[in-house]
Amino acid sequence: MNLRRPEVRPNPALASSLAGAVLWAVLAVPPIRRMLEATMTAQMLVQIPLLALAGWLAAAAIPRGVAAPMTRWNAGGIAGLLLASLASMPWMLPRMMDASVVDGWIAAAKYLCVPLLIGAPVALSWPLAGFVVRGMFLLELIATAFRLGWLYLAAPGRLCSNYLIGDQLRLGRYLLAVGVILCLAVTWRVMWGRVRVTRPGC
Amino acid sequence: MPVLRALLASLLILAAGIAVLARATDGFRAFTSETARRIDVRKHPRALPDVVLQTAEGRRVGLGSLRGRWVLIDFIYTRCTTYCSVQGGVFARLQAELAAPIAAGDVALLSISFDPEHDDPAHLADYLRRFGDRGAGWTAARPASTAGLESLLRTFGVTAVPDGLGGFAHNAAIAVVDPRGRLVDIVDWSEPRAAARYVTATHRDSP
Repeated sequence: MNLRRPEVRPNPALASSLAGAVLWAVLAVPPIRRMLEATMTAQMLVQIPLLALAGWLAAAAIPRGVAAPMTRWNAGGIAGLLLASLASMPWMLPRMMDASVVDGWIAAAKYLCVPLLIGAPVALSWPLAGFVVRGMFLLELIATAFRLGWLYLAAPGRLCSNYLIGDQLRLGRYLLAVGVILCLAVTWRVMWGRVRVTRPGC
Repeated sequence: MPVLRALLASLLILAAGIAVLARATDGFRAFTSETARRIDVRKHPRALPDVVLQTAEGRRVGLGSLRGRWVLIDFIYTRCTTYCSVQGGVFARLQAELAAPIAAGDVALLSISFDPEHDDPAHLADYLRRFGDRGAGWTAARPASTAGLESLLRTFGVTAVPDGLGGFAHNAAIAVVDPRGRLVDIVDWSEPRAAARYVTATHRDSP
């Protein structure tokens, strides 16, 4: 609230990175972590996206002197979005979802990898990306939601030793729903939204 | 040449990403922790801890006393009423099929309860009766101590989670222990033949 007052002269980058750090710290509180890892559904659809969001918010703290040289290797945001896509893959594997619950090292890797290699690169790359690159990234996201949802629904048995079959099926259904919602959002944007075709910084 | 630089960076990221994924999946073979545990056991056989068990007859035996023969082990809880109750039927069938090697002392079947609080010797005896135990070569037992149970679950990689209905969901399988007392393989309970082959292969070879 205080930050909104004009006399305080808010620093949006600082506020954003602080929010990211606070979010990350809250997610790391053991009872909250346990709660978010109690079901497969919460781990994949709440914990991991929030960790990525923490990285996205914290990326505002990266000074211009560091971000600019990175941008030179990230034309159109391609390298950064590719990094985020690849870094997200291990955390969709049932094996890693299982292991991050019982293995402290894997859990630590998740808490570092998801914000730093998914959230932050997307934050730095999205503004650089043009219409085509953004479209590809979003379509891949939609395809992944459908693929994973279908996988969890079609798997003959439990894929995670630490989670129940009902949880797995629910996650499958929710992922299909996420895919549909993303699809509708993208379609809406393309049909009726304002789509900027020029690519800044390229 | 910003585009070429981005391309180069992307290729490096792609190579690193594929390497990490390969590492995380044992060369794209293990996408679940269950497959990973089976691959690991086959590659690195695990020595069993000498845990003390209490059998359905109330006797106390060390796991080490079973050395010198093949041992097929499954983890159970006797209250199971869902699909895991087929485990008992599978072991009863194995007991019938392996009657000769059992009589020769080449193999033993062992069902270990991971629910020792409930599964006292009486419940274990009832479990064996229920599935038609033929009286030779099949032991049902519970770990005598909590530490023993934990050590067994860790070594065998068994995870049992409460199913919210008073029972457990667990990664049921048949564990194969060789005569040297090492866990060498874990096979699906739907493929008891694969477990039996270990035993029959050596049984036929021996005079």
